[in-house]
Amino acid sequence: MCNSELRGIEKSLDKLSEAGIRPVAISVDAPDVSRNLAQQQGYTFPLLSDQNVEVIHRYDLVHAGAGENGHDIARPAEFLLDSTGTVRWINLTENYFVRARPEQVLEVSKLLK
Amino acid sequence: MILRRINWPLWVGLLLALAGFMSYFFIFVWFPFTRDFPWANFVLFVLAGVLLVMGLRRGFASDRPHPMRSKIISVLVSAVSFLVIGFFVFAYFVGGRMLPASKGAPQVGQRAPDFTLPDTTGKQVALNELMTAPVNGKAPRGVLLIFYRGYW
Repeated sequence: MCNSELRGIEKSLDKLSEAGIRPVAISVDAPDVSRNLAQQQGYTFPLLSDQNVEVIHRYDLVHAGAGENGHDIARPAEFLLDSTGTVRWINLTENYFVRARPEQVLEVSKLLK
Repeated sequence: MILRRINWPLWVGLLLALAGFMSYFFIFVWFPFTRDFPWANFVLFVLAGVLLVMGLRRGFASDRPHPMRSKIISVLVSAVSFLVIGFFVFAYFVGGRMLPASKGAPQVGQRAPDFTLPDTTGKQVALNELMTAPVNGKAPRGVLLIFYRGYW
């Protein structure tokens, strides 16, 4: 599921860059796990590691016990911030199988100054 | 001749139920159009259901060479198939919705909470740097934060 979403972002990376949007993905995976994922899948945008679930907690996105061996992980979520760091669009999916599409992000990115 | 002896709708129904289940994860998940609502899988399940009902009727027909065996097999195979279909439907409509409400998540108009996290090389990256480092040679207009589950 996640790879489906991230692969869509990678495919739309040129269009996102043209629109001045930098995608950044965050999960609880350790840096080397993310590095393997990026190499395997050919992701060229940043993947950040929140191994202690601190930032995920700060954003209230903790999905308690949903990871491997009952670890806390992030629920899927997307935020578009403008250049001042203000949130301009959020997508908190109600269904795990439904994810944001790059076209949606490109559409809302037009509203950014 | 052999087609009359074998309860083919039953077995094709089972295969379609399994295909309907597996194809989501191997094929349809990769296309937003078939990922966000698994209608392609439901088409396969409807076909499977029709064939399974045909298979059950055939299994209980009076002209079967081994009536008892035929009945037991058709009931077992269709039960397994409908369980597979039921599991998928449950996973999509019920399991998929078991997500935290995240009421405290940053709202539109609020400032995104700051953070500094290591990238894949272990280098610490601050949100501020992500918002100022050039994209396409220009100052970025925005940053898209994507939280994902990981472990894949």
